Amino acid sequence: MSTILAVDTSCDACSIALLKDGQVYAEFIQAPRQHSQRLLPMIDALLKKHSVDLSDLDAIAYGRGPGSFTGLRICLSVVQGLAFSVDLPVIPVSTLHTMAVGAVNTGLAKDQDLILVALDARMEEVYWSLYRLQDGQAVPVTEEFVCSPSDVPGHGDLGFVAAQNLIKVGAGCHYPALEGIDAASEIRELLPRAEHMLGLAQYALKEGQVHMAENSQPVYLRDSVAWKKRQRIR
Amino acid sequence: MRVLGIETSCDETGIALYDSEKGLLGHSLFSQIAVHSEYGGVVPELASRDHVRKTLPLINEVLASSGLTKQDIDAVAYTSGPGLVGALMVGACIGRALAYGWNVPAVGVHHMEGHLLAPMLEDTPPEFPFVALLVSGGHTQLVQVDGIGHYSLLGESLDDAAGEAFDKAAKMLDLDYPGGPQVARLAEQGNPERFTFPRPMVDRPGLDFSFSGLKTFTLNTVAEHALEDGLPDDQTCADIACAFQEAVVDTLVIKCRRALQQTGFKTLVIAGGVSANTRLRERLEAALAKIGAKVFYARHEFCTDNGAMIAYAGCQRLLAGQTEELGVSVTPRWPLDTLEPLDDQAAPESNS
Repeated sequence: MSTILAVDTSCDACSIALLKDGQVYAEFIQAPRQHSQRLLPMIDALLKKHSVDLSDLDAIAYGRGPGSFTGLRICLSVVQGLAFSVDLPVIPVSTLHTMAVGAVNTGLAKDQDLILVALDARMEEVYWSLYRLQDGQAVPVTEEFVCSPSDVPGHGDLGFVAAQNLIKVGAGCHYPALEGIDAASEIRELLPRAEHMLGLAQYALKEGQVHMAENSQPVYLRDSVAWKKRQRIR
Repeated sequence: MRVLGIETSCDETGIALYDSEKGLLGHSLFSQIAVHSEYGGVVPELASRDHVRKTLPLINEVLASSGLTKQDIDAVAYTSGPGLVGALMVGACIGRALAYGWNVPAVGVHHMEGHLLAPMLEDTPPEFPFVALLVSGGHTQLVQVDGIGHYSLLGESLDDAAGEAFDKAAKMLDLDYPGGPQVARLAEQGNPERFTFPRPMVDRPGLDFSFSGLKTFTLNTVAEHALEDGLPDDQTCADIACAFQEAVVDTLVIKCRRALQQTGFKTLVIAGGVSANTRLRERLEAALAKIGAKVFYARHEFCTDNGAMIAYAGCQRLLAGQTEELGVSVTPRWPLDTLEPLDDQAAPESNS
């Protein structure tokens, strides 16, 4: 039975969870702009509380994004340091996929329903993706996108779904273009939580989808912000 | 004590291992110049992205080159300010988490204290007390140094840092980023007699600097001689670079001499990126010889940002018992003279 620590600071919260002997122990605090101050003490307390040494872990899962750039890097930097120190593998877990699992856990979705997950990417854009509930699992239907909210409703995979077979989650749903998509239910306040990463991490570990800490990276999705290149004269 | 040093305050990832008994064991640097020169300056987001890519691979590299393993590390030092907040955050979080995982102490280091102490890594280190001129892209300061952490600010730039002025002059002359080395290279072909640029604030008492007027003067000179494409001919560009560099160097030399006279000290340490400038070194050596004073600086690669200076400075603070809590915080703006003084003022052993 695997022992896994999961960490996510992609939004305003510090969220960590520990899987040990099949039990899940989670800590979650709202800590805007305090991730780096709160995260390691939280991890230390959770591990000590459940008598787990860092080296007892089989792997550390990290919320790889998309999300706040700085938040993603604080999470990964701490995880890189922890994993590298005692040679643990790390597992990147999508924040959107994590939220889809969170949506499934609410029990609002029926088998074969689609789950639209959207985070506010600021700059009038959303990070979003689509999942299908299949045999109790949230299975990705599309890749992950960053785009204008107005481009979401026209996406092919959303076109043929009936409102009663769709649920929408995440803060990105506040944009009018997403509000306009009819769905059976909406949970705008749903956040990526580390305890929802554990199932995905366990599966990845079983499949050998792990990385060395030094090869692990965030997934920003937005890779070309309008950084202006300099024009030379001659 | 063997200390791993991590520097990620701006656009270079620097890693080093320093041993309090044996000196520097190894160091490695990844410079992002190629990434940022396309944009004409440092793009903070891109810098942070590179640090999170490079820090661990560089630690592996330094361990391998020094024939050591992770278990040989007794403590971790990381730059915790001043600098770019997102960039600092990466090195600080990795460093603090590593120390936690290894169950060893960690310490956050002031980037400019690192620069200031970098000449201590040389075979003949300076002895306290001394006057330090910190000149980089972000700082131009004269500091009285009576020991580690015993710093009093004597003067500083009221506007642009000297390195920043070099970068901006480089941009006006259509040169690449970072501008310092480019302007210096072009200045070698310039005629020093053709233009005379102002020496800001030298006729006033005190040890403060100002470089924004010099910047405007440079801009106006470029505009006056501009051809159709907005740039003067190549020789005029070289002459302007030469006049600009002479003005900056002259200003720095005059203030350094004044600071030594004011304190009565006979030792000057120059540190930071601009301390790599050959013309500045020559002129300071000549000027200080006349008043019986001596100038010390770090080897070229330790003038710019590096991990060795952080490992060294961190080691001194760790030996004095300073450590960091588990929560990580960084300080993007952090005056040097607010640092905690260390009691032991003896200059540490040289690195030979």
